[in-house]
Amino acid sequence: MDQKVLKRLVESISKSVNSFKKSEIECFIRIFHNVVGRGDVKLANVGLDRNTFRVILHSIFGMTDDVLMNRVFFAFDKDNDNYINVKEWVKGLSVFLRGTFEEKLKFCFEVYYFNGDGYISRERIYDMLKNSLHQQSPEEETDEGIRELVDIALKKMDYDNDGRISFADFEKAVKEDRLLLEVFGPCLPDAKVQWQQRIGLGEIFKDLKRNPC
Amino acid sequence: MGVALTRSAQWTAAGHGAKTLEVTPLNEAIVKEIIMFVESFIYKYPQEANYVFVEPLEWKTNLDPSAFGSGYAVSGTTVKSEEVDKNGEPLLYLSVPQIKIRSFGQLSRMLYIAKNMKLKEAQACIEANRNPVAKILGLDYNIISEEIGNSFVSNILDKITKDDDSESEIKMKIALQLKQLDLHLLNHSLKHISLEIRLNPGTVKNDIELLKQFSGKGKQTVLESIEYTSDYEFSNGCRAPPWRQIKGEICYVLVKPHDAETLCVTCSKEGVFLNGGKTDDEGQINYERKGEIYKDLVTLLKEKSAIFSENMSKQEIKFSEQPQKDQPNEAPKEEVAITHKASVTSRKSTQEKNRINLGRSQLTKRLEPSLNWRTSVSSKESRNTLRDTQVEKHGGKLEKSRSSVSPGRAQLIRKSVEKIEEIISDSSSESEEDEEQPDHRQEANADLPSEYWQIQKLVKYLKGGNQTATVIALCSMKDFNLAQETCQLAIRDVGGLEVLINLLETDEVKCKIGSLKILKEISHNPQIRRNIVDLGGLPVMVNILDSPHKSLKCLAAETIANVAKFRRARRVVRRHGGITKLVALLDCGKHSGEPAQSSLYETRDVEVARCGALALWSCSKSYANKEAIRKAGGIPLLARLLKTSHENMLIPVVGTLQECASEENYRAAIKAERIIENLVKNLNSENEQLQEHCAMAIYQCAEDEETRDLVRLHGGLKPLASLLNNTDNKERLAAVTGAIWKCSISKENVTKFREYKAIETLVGLLTDQPEEVLVNVVGALGECCQEHENRVIIRRCGGIQPLVNLLVGINQALLVNVTKAVGACAVEPESMMIIDRLDGVRLLWSLLKNPHPDVKASAAWALCPCIQNAKDAGEMVRSFVGGLELVVNLLKSDNKEVLASVCAVITNIAKDQENLAVITDHGVVPLLSKLANTNNDKLRRHLAETISRCCMWGRNRVAFGEHKAVAPLVRYLKSNDTNVHRATAQALYQLSEDADNCVTMHENGAVKTSFSKYQPMVCVITKPCEHGSRAIGNYIENIRHPGDKSKSFADHNKTVT
Repeated sequence: MDQKVLKRLVESISKSVNSFKKSEIECFIRIFHNVVGRGDVKLANVGLDRNTFRVILHSIFGMTDDVLMNRVFFAFDKDNDNYINVKEWVKGLSVFLRGTFEEKLKFCFEVYYFNGDGYISRERIYDMLKNSLHQQSPEEETDEGIRELVDIALKKMDYDNDGRISFADFEKAVKEDRLLLEVFGPCLPDAKVQWQQRIGLGEIFKDLKRNPC
Repeated sequence: MGVALTRSAQWTAAGHGAKTLEVTPLNEAIVKEIIMFVESFIYKYPQEANYVFVEPLEWKTNLDPSAFGSGYAVSGTTVKSEEVDKNGEPLLYLSVPQIKIRSFGQLSRMLYIAKNMKLKEAQACIEANRNPVAKILGLDYNIISEEIGNSFVSNILDKITKDDDSESEIKMKIALQLKQLDLHLLNHSLKHISLEIRLNPGTVKNDIELLKQFSGKGKQTVLESIEYTSDYEFSNGCRAPPWRQIKGEICYVLVKPHDAETLCVTCSKEGVFLNGGKTDDEGQINYERKGEIYKDLVTLLKEKSAIFSENMSKQEIKFSEQPQKDQPNEAPKEEVAITHKASVTSRKSTQEKNRINLGRSQLTKRLEPSLNWRTSVSSKESRNTLRDTQVEKHGGKLEKSRSSVSPGRAQLIRKSVEKIEEIISDSSSESEEDEEQPDHRQEANADLPSEYWQIQKLVKYLKGGNQTATVIALCSMKDFNLAQETCQLAIRDVGGLEVLINLLETDEVKCKIGSLKILKEISHNPQIRRNIVDLGGLPVMVNILDSPHKSLKCLAAETIANVAKFRRARRVVRRHGGITKLVALLDCGKHSGEPAQSSLYETRDVEVARCGALALWSCSKSYANKEAIRKAGGIPLLARLLKTSHENMLIPVVGTLQECASEENYRAAIKAERIIENLVKNLNSENEQLQEHCAMAIYQCAEDEETRDLVRLHGGLKPLASLLNNTDNKERLAAVTGAIWKCSISKENVTKFREYKAIETLVGLLTDQPEEVLVNVVGALGECCQEHENRVIIRRCGGIQPLVNLLVGINQALLVNVTKAVGACAVEPESMMIIDRLDGVRLLWSLLKNPHPDVKASAAWALCPCIQNAKDAGEMVRSFVGGLELVVNLLKSDNKEVLASVCAVITNIAKDQENLAVITDHGVVPLLSKLANTNNDKLRRHLAETISRCCMWGRNRVAFGEHKAVAPLVRYLKSNDTNVHRATAQALYQLSEDADNCVTMHENGAVKTSFSKYQPMVCVITKPCEHGSRAIGNYIENIRHPGDKSKSFADHNKTVT
């Protein structure tokens, strides 16, 4: 890869991303480059497609829920072109790994609300929670259980009682109890990874560098 | 009678020709009542007894014709009564085996003749004549007797007007009698029925299930096996075929006891009995009853199998620790269930069942340690619709008793094993803690609050949900008022504690955090604490202390702080290495080099240290833990944390130090770590709790002189003195006065306190304060009183009166301090006047009777200055009736301090010749002589003084010699204590006036000792004590010239008399 292009890219990205050092940004760009596997093409025009990204989410951040992984993809993909370009990649990761509480709050809400009207609706919650009970009892009972769980969640978070969760609701609830940040399913790297990243970001991606997927 | 017979009497199966009465207690009772009625009929109503029945009562009898005597014509197999009716027909006609009787008179006689076959005859009669009333009175009367009340009376009138003859009148009377009998029988049978046990499928099934649990091979089980004959269960819970169900039979069971053949048992609504057994070829059951009816299966088996009975009682004993507290709650519940079934059950059997249920639940636990047991119960519940009420209640009960049995039993075992250790590892400062008290349950039959059901639902999600569902449920659970006992116990009772603790063992950080947040709150409840320990929650939490997540560490430490409020928990923490880990939490500066990367769920290092200190504070109440904290290097860390300025941090840190300062090791370390300085600094804090703990820590540490000086040097006395002015917070006041007391042991500190006007304030605190404060205040005043100036201040402030008033208390620590203070005051003659006026000496004297030696000694010491300074002391002492005898008898005590103090008192008493005479009469000389062989220098000194005093009377000198007191006294000279020497020299001088004593002294080398070996000493003591040197001189003179002895003795005697 052209060092000059790389340097310029690092420079431009580092203006908008504060939480990473330049060396780290460079590292992420290299990883992106490796993963995409097409070093010769102009970096601005290529990106990670959904499947590749999901593999990363799964293998590095330990995510398992397909629905949520898709959601995370769309949260990364700010320009909605179904590809994550290098800027989106670094920006997304900065929230993902070193985001402030507010950034993460926004990120999670984006992941959860999805249908664009700015609210998490009851149906959305149901969709997200429908696999949250172990299938022991007959389906009807499980279904009933999930509906009740949705009620519990709404009762907890829907402060204005409009049957859906607005960002204000979400913010208030999470500020009261941080455990509620990932209330409808894991969409951030789990705590184990967060702790590991203190040792060094590079560690996490070591595997990835060695065998790009 | 008809009604009673048809309705209450228990007839065998209907529709099989001749019906027979069953042999049941109820039927027997009814028949007996009827017999009594008939037998007494002839005496009560002689006229009616002659009434001839419309139809004869006819039945097959077993009576032998030969039994009939006079009044009957007996011929072969027939008997005719001589009594005949209008038509000449005999009223009794027996033609074997048929008998016909047509009057009550004959019935009575027949019963009389039948003697012990009465019952059989009456029964046969009733069985053969299903409607006796109709036969006796005719059909129309039968109808009347069915009716009741007004209509009956009107019918009587009707009849009378219609027939208007004597016969119908008699008929009426008989009808009335029969009616009354009928009513009586009904009442009677009702009583019987109410005593009867009605079994239902639910209870039977429970019994059988229970017994199944206890069955199997081996000696410990109650039965080898128990099983149903049929696997099919009808929807009503019965297993008997429908045509047998009609007869009330529920199921048939094959029971194989250890010591008997297989029994085939029928369980029916009436009870449990053996049937004819299972026929081998067809597998059919012979349904006929073959034995007595028992009230339940257990009773039957107890009767049939000795081993069953024995093992069953063992089981009952095993669990009998529990039922007492559980029964009151559960019995009413059971009752509800039963009345629901509309059957009457005796209370006794209810309780018995309860006990069995308990046993069963215990067993369930043992067999199924996992959480699955609950689902298995509930699946059973859903299978049986008809028994819903019953089984559901039992299910609920199972759950309750399960959690209640385990702690009690576990405790019992542990207690017995580790009792000794517990006692040793106990700290003195554990008075405030909650000791293990019996669990109290929520009223089982009270309406459960709505929270209960909501929490139950949430716990369901905790059990069956993934991480996401669990977190939602945990967050939602936190919204309940977890400080409220209802919620705390609800979580436990629905099995939430187990789940919460299980969550701690998972990898999910968020679940652990959520779970700990709840545990932290509910562990404020003493019962929950114990449950957590019983469920093994502490080791898990101790492990979490190693977690890299600070917030997890914090929460775990805080929860441990709550749980470790009782000693068993503290021990568990220590055993699992918790102390070391908690101490490690205190080391918050270690990671300060790292970037301040604030992770999502993280908290600050300071917070971690605070939580660690909080947990250590709880743990530090046990001695062994104090040691562990010290060994883990906790003191330097605590000292470092003490330098911070966060109150939240300081309180637990100082609290821990204060607990630990009760140990000598700690006090040394605290001095070394310069902790006092910071304690003093924090006395100036605004936080009352912090002030309290600092003062408390100073109180503990100030046992040591250097520490007391440190407190003064760091300026701690002024804040202490000023804190005295705020008396609202009694705990703090107690701590502050305590610190002042200990500090005032040093003279320099007392001077400072005087400067700060603390003494006046202390005097003001002598009234209207709790005992904890009073002990310290009086202790402090006692120390202050050692100085003249302070005594004056106390007198001037009117402190003597309240002090004397406190002499009547019962608190031992307080009395020790009060006597000391009063004694110190009595040194001033002016104060002594006040004490005397308030009758303080008498109060002190009566404290000599106090059972506690410390109080006795302290009171005796206080009496010395009183006697010294009182006007007319001799007269005063004599005025105490029996007082002198009391003092002399105290010489029999085996407490050295008491003996020394009493000797001192006697020395003062003996200054008065008259009193000396009295105590001599009470035998003071032999008692003192007996004490002479002692090594205790304090006692030696006072004893020698007393002896020299007592020599002044009569032939006491000689008596001391006779009681061999002289030789030991000579040895006192070898002591290192100059006070002892001085007193001994005086005593020896007095004794040497007797020639024999001089010989003894010479033999024991008194002269040699005092001159050669201890000459320098003698020289030293002669200087300050003119009297002592003269004494030595005198007695040496006496020894050298034993010849003069008798002369000088005579002289002495002269002077005395």
